[in-house]
Order: sequence, then structure tokens, then C-alpha cells
Amino acid sequence: MTASVVTATGLSRFYEVGGGLLSKPREIRALSEVSFAIPRGKTLAVVGESGCGKSTLARVVTMIEPPTAGHFAIEGTEITPDQWEAHRDAVQIVFQDPYGSLNPRQRISAILSEPLKINRPEMSRAEREAKVREVMGLVGLRPEFYDRYPHMFSGGQRQRIAVARALMLEPKVLVLDEPVSALDLSVQSQILNLLLDLQERLGLTYLFISHDLSVVRHVCDEIMVMYLGRAVETGTKEAVFGNPRHPYTRALLSATPVADPKSQKERIKLSGELPSPLNIPPGCPFAARCWKVQDRCRAERPALDGDGHKVACFFPEGE
Amino acid sequence: MTLLRIRNLSVDFATASGQFRAVDAMDVTVDPGEILAIVGESGSGKSVAMLALMGLLPWTATVTADEMSFDGQDLRAITPRTRRRIVGKDIAMIFQEPMSSLNPCFTVGFQIKEGLKKHLGLDRKARHARALELMEMVGIPDPARRLNAFPHQLSGGMSQRVMIAMAIACRPRLLIADEPTTALDVTIQAQILDLLTDLQAETGMALILITHDMGVVAETARRVSVQYAGQKVEDQPVGPLFETPHHPYTAALLAALPERATSRVLPTIPGVVPGQFDRPRGCLFAPRCAHADELCRTTPPPVQPPGMGLARCHYPLTEEGRG
Repeated sequence: MTASVVTATGLSRFYEVGGGLLSKPREIRALSEVSFAIPRGKTLAVVGESGCGKSTLARVVTMIEPPTAGHFAIEGTEITPDQWEAHRDAVQIVFQDPYGSLNPRQRISAILSEPLKINRPEMSRAEREAKVREVMGLVGLRPEFYDRYPHMFSGGQRQRIAVARALMLEPKVLVLDEPVSALDLSVQSQILNLLLDLQERLGLTYLFISHDLSVVRHVCDEIMVMYLGRAVETGTKEAVFGNPRHPYTRALLSATPVADPKSQKERIKLSGELPSPLNIPPGCPFAARCWKVQDRCRAERPALDGDGHKVACFFPEGE
Repeated sequence: MTLLRIRNLSVDFATASGQFRAVDAMDVTVDPGEILAIVGESGSGKSVAMLALMGLLPWTATVTADEMSFDGQDLRAITPRTRRRIVGKDIAMIFQEPMSSLNPCFTVGFQIKEGLKKHLGLDRKARHARALELMEMVGIPDPARRLNAFPHQLSGGMSQRVMIAMAIACRPRLLIADEPTTALDVTIQAQILDLLTDLQAETGMALILITHDMGVVAETARRVSVQYAGQKVEDQPVGPLFETPHHPYTAALLAALPERATSRVLPTIPGVVPGQFDRPRGCLFAPRCAHADELCRTTPPPVQPPGMGLARCHYPLTEEGRG
């Protein structure tokens, strides 16, 4: 295996909420002991339902928030919060909502040159403009868009602008936080093609966060399924989709609608709700909704185990 | 006997920059016990058409139709008072975004019971019993306690289920679900869709499902109507639609699904949906269509016979390709 661009070991992020004069603040474990490594030019997809810690993971990897525990390294160099400033250009993010993530009062030229102004103060104005125009060409934005405002664009074009902004500093890693879920189907495929094309041309590494399994299956190489802040199953796309071993992954796959009226499949019905992250049960986080739960699951937490295709379950499927 | 029949429905909005036609000559027929899906991208007029039917559009909208009848009653001619007796009782709607559709100032119990009081005239005890029963039906755990909860105390999935409980409270004969699962996670989405189809089978109500998710359509609907830029471009039973779409837009939409991809590069539909100022003269899909020619660009297309899926196209597709 080639050297990994991003390596994370045991990343955790806890938040303290509430707490007043007499009550102790409570802890939300948004992300617990997540480990992964992404080789250069590959895509790791993180899937899970809302509240599973996907977006917290994105914020920790993009160095927006410090991890409570764990190590995070880019190209073998470990990065602690005091070195963030020097390494932030290596990781850039594209947000979900292209309507909310672009400043409506800035022209496209200003939006795209701002990262350069801040991080490359030595560049002259002409150099900046040249660079902006180059990246605009790269993501398929026409040169005449340079002086326009975001409201003049459709969702798909705005997402191109957001991708262009993320590429301005020539990052090694792009964190894509639900990049196509706000887009219509016909536009979604354009953006997915763009992302795949950029990855091939620039050798980018993607951390792709999504809840749409059909999109994930199309773009990713490796996949990590998260539940309540923990990774419950990781492996290559073929392994996880072909032979899902964690009951939650099974349920997730069976719940995803398939666009084929003829497909007959047995849908696994999950009962219950996601437990509150404020009081995570002591055993397996999925125990309350699992159909093959046993006493051991409620008492002990299963570790993420296995080589290559890892699963955190005492009684995995497909044995 | 047709339950709902709409012919040639158009909705225009008066905007600061002139008239904008959101729905253009749309026909909808629904039989009792049918599940119809209306699919289309944002801005295709699918929600607006249903709001027009419910009489919920603001004054800026002008609604015209040759026919708009529910169970033999003309909805265009009735007084607001009569309409209020039908809407919420016989025709109910589940709105998008449960979080913003529930009133934050009242408990969900109050909001469910309101309709029961107004439409069915049940007394307090009967209302409470029915509300409990409804909460159980939609799968809310601990219903007695949840009736006293305010919307902000519930999760998205819970609020959506409360919305469904409210919609089915008076046993409607037609339920319109406007993107009922878009804001939800897939496992919750599966629960909600199962709930809706079970209810439909049990009570024999008709269901109109507005969605943009082809997967949801394939799994729940029996007939599909495809909307594009305010017009219905195709109408077929679900099986044939996925197998042999007749309108190029439907075909392109299906081809763009990542799960149908055969290579790493997905087929795309170039361009965007036409807006207020760039509405084409001929076929609305012509600028983005791979098969368009001069005729398509200048003349609005006819509606093909039912054998061709009522496709609004000069050259509907057949199994062998372009017809």
C-alpha cells in the first residue's frame, strides 16, 4: 500500500453542554476513537445517519475544531493544534449547501481570491487573478462569470464555485460534506463527474461524507460506517457493499430505496430511535435497535476488529 | 369512478418582474386506492399544483383550470367555507419540513386534536382516545407522554410522524404527501414509507406522493407522472416507466442515477431548468435534449397517446431508440 496522505488514530471529540451554578456540565461524545488512513488519490466515504458524528469528523479533519483525544497526521507529519496555521492549506472543505456557503455580497472573483489574499500575501494582484481564472477553467466555470454574484447562478454552478474555492490553495485533501445532497438529480451527476475528474487530474484525496449510499457506491474506494460517534464497520467498497457484516450496515443497505420497481428485497425494519448522545449506553451503541442483541451486547462494547474489512460486533453477519 | 380529476391546470404568479407560469396545463387523475407519484426537479411545479388544489396559495397566484373536481364536487366553484370542510378531512396533506410546519406554540396533542374537533366534532374523551390511537399507529413510542410534548422536543423523524398522524386523523380519502421523507434518514424513511403504504392498503385511500427520489418512486408508487418546468411530460405505470421511458427527459433522468452507472463517468443532462426569462418557444426540454431538432425548438410538442406514456414530445422514445 502506498503511503497514506491522511492518517487518524483514535480521534475523539467531546462537547460539554449545559451546566449551571449547581449542575455539572454534561458531555456529548460526538466522535469517539475513530481511526482511518486514506492513500493518495483515493476516496474514503463516511456514511451514517444524522447525529452519528460525520460532520464533527469533518470539522476535526479540516482543523476547525481540535480533537479531544487522538492523533492526526498529514503525510506522516503529526499535526497538533499549535501547528494548524501552517497546515491548514493542505485540507480544504466543500460544504453541503451551496446557497448558504457563498457570501451573497461578494463577486465570484472576491470569493475565489480571498484564500489567496490571506494565505499567499506575497502574490501580486495580477498573479492572483491569473490563478483564479486558471482554477475557474479547471472546474468548468466560464471566464465571464468572474465579475458576477452568487445569486446569478444555479445550485450546480454554485457548487462548482465552492469546489473552486476549496482548490485555490492547492490542497492535498478535500473534505466533501454532503456535496451533492442539496442538488437535483440531473445536476448531481455533473458535480460527481467533476469531482472524479479533478481527483484523477490533480491526485486529490477525498474524505466524502454522505448519507446517500448510491452516490457513495459510485465514488468511493473505502467506506466507513458510523453509528453514534463510532465506526462500526470499515472496509473496501466491494467488501462492505458485497458482504455487510454489521447489522446496522445491513439495515442501512436494506433501507436504501433502489430505483428498480422489479427488485424484491426483504427490508430490515429497525425499531426504536437513535439513543441520545448525552447518555450513550455502556455496551454496543446499536444494541437498543438490533434484532440479534444478546446480554453480552448490552454489557460490553465490541471493538472494531478484523483485517482489512473491520467490524465492531460480537455476532457479525455472514460468518 | 375517479376520485380526483384535474384538467389543464395552470398557476401563474404575479412577480415584480412580470407573470411567471409555475404550472402549465397539467392534468392529474387519481382513482380511489391508487398510489400516484409526481416526480420532478425543484421548480418543476409539483408542490405548487398540489397547493393550488388545496387552496393554499397566496393571493399573488392565479389558478385556472378547465376542471378541478374531487369526488364529483367542483373545487373551483365552492365557497371558502365549503372548501374548509373538505380540506383537512377528505383531502389531507403532509408537508415538507415537519420542523417548520408544526406550530411551535402548541403541544402536538393539541394540534392533532384540533382537526378532530373541527371536522368530526368528537368530544374531549373521544378526541384523546383517537389521538392516542393515531400516535400508536404512526409508531411513536410512549404516546401518552408525547401528546404533551412541544414540537421542539421531538426529533425530525418524530415530527414527521406527528404530521402524518395529523393528516390521517380524519381518515382522508386522498392523502397528498409532499416530499414526506426528504428531511429524514434512510432507516426512518423506510419506516415512514412502509407506514404510508400500509395505511393506504388498510384504508383504501388514494395517495399522491411528491418526490424527487427515483428510489422511493420505484419502491412505493404504482403510477408515475413526470413533471418538467411546470408541464407534465410523461405519465406511465411504474414498471414500464423504468423499463421504457418515452420522454427523453425521463430517460436522461434515469440514466443519471449513480446506481445505474456503467462507467465511472455518469451521463449528465447539460444545462439547467428554464427560468422565468429563458423559456423556450417550442419544447421546454429542447435546449437540453440530445434528440432535439428544428421542429422541437420552434413548435410546442403534442401529447402522445397513452401507448407512448402520454409523452409531451415530437419524437417519443421507443424500445429501439428514437421513434
